[in-house]
Amino acid sequence: MSPVLAGVLQLLALIAALALAYRPLGDYMAKVYSSDKHLRVEKWIYKGIGANPNTEMRWPAYLRGVLAFSAAGVLFLYLLQRLQGSLPGSLGFKAIDPDQAFNTATSFVANTNWQSYYGEQAMGHVVQTGGLAVQNFVSAAVGIAVAVALVRGFARSRTGELGNFWADLVRGVVRILIPISVIGAIVLVACGAIQNFSGIHEVGQFMGGEQQWNGGAVASQEVIKELGTNGGGYFNANSAHPFENPNPISNLFEIFLILVIPFALTRTFGKMVGSIKQGYAILATMATIWLGFIALMMWTEFHHGGPAFDLAGGAMEGKETRFGIGGSAIFSVSTTLTSTGAVNSFHSSNTGFGGGLDLLGMQLGEIAPGGTGSGLYGMLIMAIIAVFIAGLMVGRTPEYLGKKIGTREIKFAACYILVTPALVLGFTGASMALSTPKDSMLNSGAHGFSEILYAFTSGANNNGSAFAGLSADTQWFNTTIGLAMLLGRFLPMVFVLALAGSLAEQKPIPKTAGTLRTEKPLFTGLLVGTIMIITGLTYFPALALGPLAEGLAS
Amino acid sequence: MNNSVGNTARLLGAGLRALLVLTVICGVIYPLAVTGVAQALFNNKANGSEVKDGGKVVGSELIGQRYDLPLKKGQETPDPDLKWFQPRPSNGLAVNSENTRYKLIISGATNLAGDSGTMKKGDKEVCDPKAEEGLCAQVRAARDAVIKDNSTADFKVRAADIPAEAVTSSGSGLDPHISPDYADLQVHRVAEKNGLDAEQVEKLVDDHTDGRVLGFMGEPRVNVLKLNIALKHLVAEKG
Repeated sequence: MSPVLAGVLQLLALIAALALAYRPLGDYMAKVYSSDKHLRVEKWIYKGIGANPNTEMRWPAYLRGVLAFSAAGVLFLYLLQRLQGSLPGSLGFKAIDPDQAFNTATSFVANTNWQSYYGEQAMGHVVQTGGLAVQNFVSAAVGIAVAVALVRGFARSRTGELGNFWADLVRGVVRILIPISVIGAIVLVACGAIQNFSGIHEVGQFMGGEQQWNGGAVASQEVIKELGTNGGGYFNANSAHPFENPNPISNLFEIFLILVIPFALTRTFGKMVGSIKQGYAILATMATIWLGFIALMMWTEFHHGGPAFDLAGGAMEGKETRFGIGGSAIFSVSTTLTSTGAVNSFHSSNTGFGGGLDLLGMQLGEIAPGGTGSGLYGMLIMAIIAVFIAGLMVGRTPEYLGKKIGTREIKFAACYILVTPALVLGFTGASMALSTPKDSMLNSGAHGFSEILYAFTSGANNNGSAFAGLSADTQWFNTTIGLAMLLGRFLPMVFVLALAGSLAEQKPIPKTAGTLRTEKPLFTGLLVGTIMIITGLTYFPALALGPLAEGLAS
Repeated sequence: MNNSVGNTARLLGAGLRALLVLTVICGVIYPLAVTGVAQALFNNKANGSEVKDGGKVVGSELIGQRYDLPLKKGQETPDPDLKWFQPRPSNGLAVNSENTRYKLIISGATNLAGDSGTMKKGDKEVCDPKAEEGLCAQVRAARDAVIKDNSTADFKVRAADIPAEAVTSSGSGLDPHISPDYADLQVHRVAEKNGLDAEQVEKLVDDHTDGRVLGFMGEPRVNVLKLNIALKHLVAEKG
């Protein structure tokens, strides 16, 4: 069997698994966020928080909950790292420097998991398992909560109420993320991922001498790293490390975990707005882009353009033998089209066009299928822009799901899509204009520029993957990427929740013959086009300087 | 004003309490429960899939190792011990600033681009034959070494026969596998150095080749550590 055929078969198996999970998981999540009942353990948690889960919140209150919880997360994680030297279970690692601790704290709270540290060299058990992995759960649950609040904005009328943030947060963790993670972690251990609390220990070698490993709760962190589209590896090599991703089965399973919630949320959406077909239209848009990117990535990586790859006879640099090119290409696209950023191959050593696809995938706003929750709300914002454009073409007031898209709504949507490009291009421009940041580049020329563009694209879009040649542990990058992650996560949430509040207050408008049928393939086509055009117009000049220049030269 | 400060403090307090409660669940109970189950059901795997030979641990099935000669005086990197099957290059393993290199394994890739170490030829970028740094230079050096090391009196390695993974570094730098093609390429040399028949060694490689899982997942591969252990036993039987 040729590697290309094997790659295609792996893709088909993945699609089949996702299709099987789509309905049950999507329906289940809709039930979770619509139910009036509280589990006993949830009641204990609410008591601990001191919050009444039955109070309905308007959008400012919901947003305050999101921000307060996230601020507490940043503060806690920052202190945990700063105090690492005096905490037990730290494996002898010292306190993290202030700028790096700030960067890492914002990174994990913002669901980004950009890492400017070497996991196995910097973080002990307490910070990894009690700090970083916890944010992997809760930042994902925050993302889903905000998406659900937006969906309620469409589903509800003549009220400003969007649900209760604490209830949505706790349910996401207790009823969705924890159960899947427990099962997933055991599956990963069965494949060979490690799960222990042994410290740094020496292991004998074949030729004599010793290797030094650190143990850790790797499988339990690995599973939520993928499931919550977080991406922060326990080890520096992330999911390329054999202890995180031991064999081809764990590889496909991890890709499945990355994609399963973001795709299934479209079903949850359809269910909650009372039209499954509307969910299918969003799903079709996501799936079209995702498949298109995988096809292109497989083509360029198997075709291996690039002088060094021609010399080697294949683009295997930075890739593991057990995954091969197919398994690496699927992972690479899935991680950058969601907000995951975990890697099983190193994107900096992709072909020029391959690296460009990784960049472009993030620049689409990570909506195909996107992060847990953030993918859905990002895509719904794009849908609003698309109906607005369609409305302009025919001269009708645009509407979506029975809600009018007026000046107020379109302003929020426009602000949303402006945030990340402003951060990415602003900070990249500043880094190139200043003299010292450029010293961090490993490669020179077009690829060096791509390293910096990639870093801010990844940060502001909350992805977290890297063209890891860039030495990002400098005060400049720790601080600016930290800010990009923070603003790139929470400013859009402000606009999403404001939009949700505004939608929920409206009264529904009845469907007429002139209503744009947003559940039809025509709309899916329009939406794909809108996404491509907006992203293209925003980023083309920057892409031309980096990956396109590199790809065209070879 | 006082009121809003008080509200903010109350809200932050609620956020902090929520975080602490969820930390107990996600950061204490969950990992401990998973560790308990993992240790009970998959003890060896949960602890790193250690491989034993003659009662002694010789490494992990999952983590690659080097098979080198002892470091000679004045050498920075040791020469490979050609008696044993050789792994992929691992140029990406980071220099460890806290410990000495390789003492605590720091996984990592080279992150070098396909166009590093190139020059212009017309309007195309090509590998610069004189480049000493960059991916082109690394691949060229690895390729030359593979040809030199593996060519024996009656077996000449051609550049076109070398698989890509044999001359490139992996993502983790700890890749435990090589492709069956690269193992086959090493058979003649290994046989000669150990005084074995090439057929015997070839059979050894075939026995240690893992196909794709279920016929389509991943790529065919050979675990270098397991292969070398088997080789050691074969040599011992002969001797």
